[in-house]
Amino acid sequence: MSKEKWYIILAGLIIGVIASVLVLLGNPANMGFCIACFIRDTAGSLGLHKAAAVQYVRPEIIGIVLGSFLLSLAKKEFSPRGGSSPMTRLILGFFAMIGCLMFLGCPFRMILRLAGGDLNAILGLVGFAAGIGCGILYLKRGYSLKRTYRLPASEGAAFPATTVALLVILLAVPSLLIFSEAGAGPGAKHAAVWISLLAGLIVGALAQRTRLCMVGGIRDAILFKEFKLLLGFVAIFLAALVTNLILTATTDGTYFKLAFEGQAVAHMDGLWNALGMLLVGFACVLLGGCPLRQLVLAGEGNSDSAITVIGLLLGAAFAHNFGLASSAKGPTDAGKIAVIIGLVIVIIIGECNIRSNRKKG
Amino acid sequence: MTKLDACGLSCPEPVIMISQAMKSGDSEYEIKVDNRVSRENVTRYAEHQGYTVSVTESDREFTLKITK
Repeated sequence: MSKEKWYIILAGLIIGVIASVLVLLGNPANMGFCIACFIRDTAGSLGLHKAAAVQYVRPEIIGIVLGSFLLSLAKKEFSPRGGSSPMTRLILGFFAMIGCLMFLGCPFRMILRLAGGDLNAILGLVGFAAGIGCGILYLKRGYSLKRTYRLPASEGAAFPATTVALLVILLAVPSLLIFSEAGAGPGAKHAAVWISLLAGLIVGALAQRTRLCMVGGIRDAILFKEFKLLLGFVAIFLAALVTNLILTATTDGTYFKLAFEGQAVAHMDGLWNALGMLLVGFACVLLGGCPLRQLVLAGEGNSDSAITVIGLLLGAAFAHNFGLASSAKGPTDAGKIAVIIGLVIVIIIGECNIRSNRKKG
Repeated sequence: MTKLDACGLSCPEPVIMISQAMKSGDSEYEIKVDNRVSRENVTRYAEHQGYTVSVTESDREFTLKITK
C-alpha cells in the first residue's frame, strides 16, 4: 500500500480517537465533531436563529479553518483563489445544510453516529451513497462549476481572519454572544474552549494534509475505483468505534449503544434520514466536497469554499427560523417540504449547468 | 499527443478530463493543472491506468507528461 494511503489511515485513526474523546470531555453524544451541527450552533450564538437549545460558538470550527490555514502556509499550499460559480455554491451549501439538519448530522457525524451504535445512521449512509451516485451522473454528463482564478492574498486570508475575530469575541467579549443555558440541549454540552480549539486545529491540519473528504471517499471509489479517501473514512469509523467501546467499559458513561431507539440527537424516521443525506450527498458532489472539506479549503484561501460555508450558515439559520430542522421527535412537515424543494433545486442547478456548458461547447 | 488544460478546475474535474481523454487510446498526454491536489489525483489515476507520469513546475502551474 502506498505511503499516502498509510498517512490517511493514520490521520483517520487520530481523528476518530479525538472525536470520541471530545464526547468524554463534554461534547454531545456521538458529536465529537459535526460540521453541520457546529455551524448551526455558531449561527445560533450569533443570533442568526433563536433556537435556545443550539447556541454556542464551536471552537472546533475555528480550529479546523485555522489548522488548515496555518499548515497550508507552512507547506506553501496557501492558495487564494475564487470566482468559480459562487452563487451556485452558496445555494448548494444552503441546501446541503437543510439535508444535514433533516438527518441531524453532517457526513462526519454520520460516521460518528455509526461508531456509537446508532443504527439510524445506516439509513443515512444509504441515502448519502445514493446522493453521491446522483451527483456522479451529473459529473459524467459534463457538470462543471468552471475555473477558479488567482486572487490577492488578502482575499484568501479574509475567511481565516474572520474566524480569528470570532475566537477573540468568544474569549474576550462573550457577552456579545448567545449561549444555550445548561440543560437546554446540545448547545450547552461542550468541552473546554481550549480543548475544542486544539482538537479542531489538529483535525484541520490532518484533513488539509491528507485531503480527507467524506463525499470524495465514496465518489472516487465509484468514479475511479480509487479508495484512498475512503480509507480515511473507514479509519475514523474504526478508531471512534474502538474508543467508544473502551470508554463504555472503563467509565460510567455509555458511548456505544447498538440500537435504533434512544439515540442522542437523532430520530428514527428512516425514510427522511435517508432522503436528508441523499440531498447532502447530491449537493456536496456538485460542490466538490463535504462540509469538512469546504472548511479546510476555505482555510487554504479558497473564497468559493468560504462562500459555501456562508451558505451552510444561512441554511442553518433558515432551518431553525422556519422549523425545518428535525429533533429527537422526528422530522417536521416543513423540513420534509424543504428537503424535496432542495432536491428539485439541486436537479435544476445540475441540468442548467450542463445545458449552458454544452452551448459553450 | 493529446494536450489538456485543467488549470483552475477543482477535483475531480481534472481526473474526469484525463479519464475521458484516455478513452481515445492515445499513448501520450499532456495536462496542465494549477494545484497540488489535482497534480496528485491525476498522477495517481494515470499510474493506476498503467501510465508513467513526469511533472514539471513553473509559475505555480504543473505540467504532467503522461506516457505509456
